[in-house]
Amino acid sequence: MEIQHVNVRLLLSNAAEVDLAALIPVFHNWIQDQSGEEMLLDVADYRHVRSGPGVVLIGHQGNYSVDNTGGRLGVRYNRKAGLEGANQDRLAQAAQAALAACERLETDPRLKGAIRFGGHEIELFINDRMLAPNTPATSAAINPELRAFFSTLLGGAEYEVSYPQDPRSLFSVHVKTPQAFTTTDLLANLNSLVAAASIC
Amino acid sequence: MKASNPLWKDELSGKMPEDLAREVDVFENELSLRKQGKLEERLIAETRLRRGVYGQRYDNGKRHDGKRVQEFAYPRGRLTKGPNTLWDAPGMQRIKIPAGGLNAGQLETLAELAEEYSDGIAHITTRQDVQLHYVHIDDTPTIMRRLAAARITTREACGNSVRNVTACPFAGVCQDEAFDVTPYARALSRFLLGHPDCQSFGRKFKPSFSGCKQHACGLANMHDLGLIGVTRFEDGKEVRGFAVYVGGGLGAVPYQAKLFDSFLPPEELLPVAQAIARVFARLGEKKNRSRARLKFLIHDLGIEKFKELVWAERRTLPFDPRWTEYLETANTAKEEPLHAPGKTPVSTSEDFEFWRSTNVRLQRQEGYSTVTITLPLGDITADQLRALADIARRFTRETLRTTVEQNFLIRWVSNRDLPEIHAALDAVGLGDPGAGTIVDIVSCPGTDTCKLGISSSRGLAAELRTRLAESSFTLDKAVRNLHIKISGCFNSCGQHHVADLGFYGVSRKMAGYAVPHFQVVLGGEWEENAGSYGLPVVAVPSKNIPRVVTRLADRYVALRRNGETFKDFVKRIGKVEIKSLLEDLTKLPSDDADRSFFSDWGDPREYSLGDMGVGECAGEVVSAVEFALGAAEREVFEAQLELDMGNHRQAARSAYLAMVHAAGALVKLELPDVPDDPDRIVNEFTARYYDTQKFFDSFAGGKFAQYLFAAHAAVRQPVSEDSARYRVDEAQLFVDASHACYNRLGTVNVA
Repeated sequence: MEIQHVNVRLLLSNAAEVDLAALIPVFHNWIQDQSGEEMLLDVADYRHVRSGPGVVLIGHQGNYSVDNTGGRLGVRYNRKAGLEGANQDRLAQAAQAALAACERLETDPRLKGAIRFGGHEIELFINDRMLAPNTPATSAAINPELRAFFSTLLGGAEYEVSYPQDPRSLFSVHVKTPQAFTTTDLLANLNSLVAAASIC
Repeated sequence: MKASNPLWKDELSGKMPEDLAREVDVFENELSLRKQGKLEERLIAETRLRRGVYGQRYDNGKRHDGKRVQEFAYPRGRLTKGPNTLWDAPGMQRIKIPAGGLNAGQLETLAELAEEYSDGIAHITTRQDVQLHYVHIDDTPTIMRRLAAARITTREACGNSVRNVTACPFAGVCQDEAFDVTPYARALSRFLLGHPDCQSFGRKFKPSFSGCKQHACGLANMHDLGLIGVTRFEDGKEVRGFAVYVGGGLGAVPYQAKLFDSFLPPEELLPVAQAIARVFARLGEKKNRSRARLKFLIHDLGIEKFKELVWAERRTLPFDPRWTEYLETANTAKEEPLHAPGKTPVSTSEDFEFWRSTNVRLQRQEGYSTVTITLPLGDITADQLRALADIARRFTRETLRTTVEQNFLIRWVSNRDLPEIHAALDAVGLGDPGAGTIVDIVSCPGTDTCKLGISSSRGLAAELRTRLAESSFTLDKAVRNLHIKISGCFNSCGQHHVADLGFYGVSRKMAGYAVPHFQVVLGGEWEENAGSYGLPVVAVPSKNIPRVVTRLADRYVALRRNGETFKDFVKRIGKVEIKSLLEDLTKLPSDDADRSFFSDWGDPREYSLGDMGVGECAGEVVSAVEFALGAAEREVFEAQLELDMGNHRQAARSAYLAMVHAAGALVKLELPDVPDDPDRIVNEFTARYYDTQKFFDSFAGGKFAQYLFAAHAAVRQPVSEDSARYRVDEAQLFVDASHACYNRLGTVNVA
């Protein structure tokens, strides 16, 4: 099956310390910098909505946000534009974007360390119900791809997977690891995947 | 944009009504033709607008990031979807919801679309529509197909067409309505959708239905076609009809609708609407958009002449069976409850009781209530939409409506279920109290996403909501029930004219910087179907608006007489005292270090940075111009006072002179010795600012200059109460536009 429009969300450890308002100038600053490959366009502020998208950095290829979906705060990357390449490349691209964004927020002095990846929980969504409806069939078809991907991302570490039960929801997996990871660890693991792909 | 777009057409084939499916196919082909360069850009613009595919801020590919103007290099380069509107730039999809009626399945569809094509949020508008923002135009045919499969259309949600037919969300369950107007609203919506007689309007046409005259209801007075259900006895039998109002509208200069007919029988409803549409299409202005709404045609013709033309048109209409077919079921169409009626259980929960006091209204059907779900700023998440669908199924037969106060209404909730439904709503963040109160603030999108926004209406609304919600338990009851409505510009999408406390965005230059402001609009009335319109009193920096609200509310609580409404209070104490009460808030704080006034709510970018910094040499001229514009503003205020005192002629005269003096201030920038002669000023203004388009707003064009020209031409003509009021509104807009023009000139100097 074709996997597109991958979302990756890194759940934070210290939600109570996060003041979403502080993200607004930071994201505006990212637009000024335009330092990555993606085009960053605008900032949408949804702090007034409970368990909502939080503060969203709208991009052309994808959105970045610190969102509060399901009452859990996380750094999210939402890939909007379709991607060429293999499914593993698409999964890696979304994870890399989320991790790089999270790392950048973790180290931004204006946020004073308030944004911290919890190290244990990652969510992955396929934001396209036509390609990936939330059904057992999708789960069966996609699981080999996900297993390969998480094996690389987590460096072969153990993890548990759970799935949302509501068939109306996006297809997603919630991955939980007993071992704690940093964004730097995970980025390094991903880079090895990218390097291996380029050697091939 | 979505990889799966090509797959949806086949997937939904046979699941969409044929006409809607064909409509989407046509649109998709038009998009392809445009991409091949075979469709002219003005045509694609109107084509997409008529499908609700709207532009959004920065869609010209440029955005000031706080330091400089960035130009976005989109993949499709300079391909446009309309004049100065880039193909790849995010846009907005408006979705029509006739009478605001939705079922659970439709909520689920909206949730999917918000998640997959937008940013996870669906936004309820002040006309009961739903909007999705940050949508790519290539995704819109798929969005439309998925909506069509759920029996929803976006057709004619924008553009010069019949917009969403709105209706009182309490229709059918209201305690004191004449009758349920819902079937009539739906019939009119169906009848006029795509009707050949409605395809050549010069501007949009907004119909609404009300079940009574006394409540806000369907806001008939501010609609092009406002229909109020009425009954009367004929031969001892109660019969239904409609009081028909025409030519109302907010916009920059609001017009109250005129009574067209006090009792129109239902069988004449559709044909008369059709006749009105024909007259509007034939005689309405086509070239000058700023004079193209029905209100201007009726103002120019006079209501009697307009009636004559419509009735003459009506007599020529060929019979159409659809005029009356729906009537067979209109009287019997009924919503049904899911659960048996009941009594509200006794509760000791303070939260529940407070919520019940503001969000629950007893239906006329004993044992049932409506429940309002207050949505902050009209926003709801995809997860909440699905949860609301579940709740609607669990407690009702999916009887939901959107409201013009940007909320949802669930109807037919058994009183016995009220604590349970509150708990269910609260669990998903939809159980906030305060419906219809001061915390239930209405706001248009403003500078967040609207191309016309001047100030951040949503930013201000969020700030006020947060502050007021903290004190909502302790607010004086008189203050608690006030309405706050905010527009990001003069165009009134936030309906600021009909609020107790209305605000619309303007900019002012202070200390060499552009500073976001809001005009404070007082004296409007929400009840009585938007019974009267407020007028701007004074412009205040955005960051001081919360203090404006506090100060006015405190003064109202302290000085109000028994039972006095806020509108009457404003009238009694007078605008002079109110202006003086707020005078200190119009100034910047003396502390130069407070830079917050130079940015807007929720947006840290310095507001219009390009306007800052003029040389010392120009400084003297700057002061003189600012002084003169300030004087013109004062004259508009004096015109308002004359209007309040019933001195219509003097009001119109003062308003006219305010425009002349504002124009003179701009002329003096180039011709310092221009004599103080209105003819000469208008001529010089025309040559230097109108003909050169220097005065033109990028979206309104020369509209505001036309106000000056019209007033100058009419200086010796008789003045009616209506025309005086319009002149005063126009003068305020002209002075605001003069400020904006002056700000723009500052940018040119810097560059």
